Amino acid sequence: MSAAPEHAPTMAQATLADRVGPYMPVLLVPLLALAGFLAIMNPASWLTLTVSGLAMGMMIFIMASGLTLVFGLMDVINFGHGAFVSVGAFVGITVLMALGQMTAAPSLLLNLGAVLLAVIGAILATGAMGWAFEKVIVAPVYGHHLKQILVTMGGLIVVEQLIIVLWGPEEIYFNRPEALKGAVTFAGAAIEKYRLVAVVVGLAVFAAMRWVLRRTKIGLIVRAGVENGEMVEALGYRLKLVFVGVFIAGSALAGLGGVMWALYQEVITAHMGNHAMILIFIVVIIGGLGSVEGCFIGALLVGLLQNYIAFIEPKAALISNIALMVAILMWRPMGMIPVVKAK
Amino acid sequence: MIRSLLSGDMPRSLPLALILGCILICLALAPFLFPGVRTVDTAARICIFIVLVASYDLLLGYGGIVSFAHTMFFGIGAYGVALTSAHMGRGFDAIAIGALVGAGFAAALALLIGLFSLRVRAIFFAMITLAVASAVAVLVSQLSGLTGGEDGLTFKTPRELGPAFKFGKETFDGVLFGVKLNGKLLAYYFVFIGALVLFLTLLRVVNSPFGRVLQAIRENDFRAESIGYRVVYYRVAATCLSASVAALAGSLYAVWLRYVGPDTVLSMELMIDILLMVVIGGMGTLYGAMIGATLFVLAQNYLQNLMGAASELVADLPLLPELLSADRWLLWLGVLFILSVYFFPAGVVGRLRGKR
Repeated sequence: MSAAPEHAPTMAQATLADRVGPYMPVLLVPLLALAGFLAIMNPASWLTLTVSGLAMGMMIFIMASGLTLVFGLMDVINFGHGAFVSVGAFVGITVLMALGQMTAAPSLLLNLGAVLLAVIGAILATGAMGWAFEKVIVAPVYGHHLKQILVTMGGLIVVEQLIIVLWGPEEIYFNRPEALKGAVTFAGAAIEKYRLVAVVVGLAVFAAMRWVLRRTKIGLIVRAGVENGEMVEALGYRLKLVFVGVFIAGSALAGLGGVMWALYQEVITAHMGNHAMILIFIVVIIGGLGSVEGCFIGALLVGLLQNYIAFIEPKAALISNIALMVAILMWRPMGMIPVVKAK
Repeated sequence: MIRSLLSGDMPRSLPLALILGCILICLALAPFLFPGVRTVDTAARICIFIVLVASYDLLLGYGGIVSFAHTMFFGIGAYGVALTSAHMGRGFDAIAIGALVGAGFAAALALLIGLFSLRVRAIFFAMITLAVASAVAVLVSQLSGLTGGEDGLTFKTPRELGPAFKFGKETFDGVLFGVKLNGKLLAYYFVFIGALVLFLTLLRVVNSPFGRVLQAIRENDFRAESIGYRVVYYRVAATCLSASVAALAGSLYAVWLRYVGPDTVLSMELMIDILLMVVIGGMGTLYGAMIGATLFVLAQNYLQNLMGAASELVADLPLLPELLSADRWLLWLGVLFILSVYFFPAGVVGRLRGKR
């Protein structure tokens, strides 16, 4: 009888790469900001650009979060998501312009009240529209990606044209409410007030979303549904209903994003949703389809990179997002934080 | 003979065969049957769009992949010819080099995009092509030094393809069946024969074993992979092939128009037109491309007038004139598009062939 082989467990310490790996997507944002600082070498401009990049990223996140959740939950890819952005912007700005006295007054309270009313109007309009869109356009083509892409694209065209019918083909220019105009100076850098507001709103939306998804029952069902829908249904939850709710919430968020985007640009066109879609898709892909956290990080990366590059080399700004997407897909083909499906 | 020309893919339905024959004859004899600048221009556009839509159908109908970059490839071919013709001077060599370089470049770009997106999941492809195509469209209008920006490029094609070139003076006195024999006629037949050759080539491709594998992947990619076909390889190859044919169609378009601009060859509207033509004609059959493109281009040229007239009729009613005005025709196309995807997924050809 031979002796048992010598038992010598080795407890090798995980390499640095292994330990940092899981947190890498989160670390990318500060890394990118640092790289931007090194490339610009001017603290004042860097701060301005960083804040505007963060603001842009937050707005893209608000617009994109609905899309990524809808995909994660029901495997529905909505190419018409941009329509909600446009409609939100048009409804919101129409409300805002109707409240001209409130926005022109130099009172902070009145201004914010007007913006709040505009946002509520936009959210109600896009939420209702999301419900109708889901019923009429998306519901008949569940489980069929090709048809989903075609039909939702058709929906986008129809909505865009209807906007032109209702509001006319011209671009509409308008002014931000008094309280949101101008800039504050901090450490020698001029930072537009509105961008700070956008960052705060974006953070609030992200925090609220995370809270709903992580701390409430409905969030639990949604997360479970993303991971394994059949199982959740077998447990007795009507996932279809949850999905409609998520679709409506996602549309309303897109509407909110549309108003914020419009206030940022101070001009609205019927095609703005279509343009926003391109950034939204890039963000959703690099974040990992279905992942809210990935979407948030992706949006910040896109916003920051676009602003830095536009400052350093304006012509390259267009390609920078595509390059970022290519780089991230080479690193992680399913996106930064891929959603694990139990199928 | 006909069977081998059509690669064994017969129309399989008498009405369909008659319609296709009618389209072919009308296009082949268009300058003689419908003399007139506008009608011949329409016929040339139909020829080019048949090829463009057929190449898109290879991707959408046979491969089951949605791409939004097809106009980008079309534009690459068009700009290829425009740039070589503008820099090398007029001549057939410039056209040939431009078309080949354009097709090669389009295929290389398609290969890159395909490798990035298709190896993960086919759905990425639709989003990534949308992003890349819009970036390229903006890039083309920004690089005005090279591409002429928003104004586009006007260039000269060989003298033999221009209206100033006359021939057949000795034998026909320069006129045949009441049609002047000039370079414009030659240009039309250049486009027609180019389109015919490309269409028959595509027909050969989709009826080859390669096309069969693509269909298998479209129906069930998991199963095709299990049987042992490398799905990514076939999908990427289909993308490259379809991109290069689209680029060649773009080259024909550039030769015909003697002008390229972002609005004519790169716009998103064009992409939507192509989608509509494929869906209306019928996905998954190249004859659908033929019927869809013909119907659509005719409608585009003549239906808009009708809508304008309808809009004037109801001018007193609220909102209706706005909805019916000729500028809003995209709205009705969108509605038509959604309805045909729901109720009519096999398109005209599917209906005529009697399967649902």
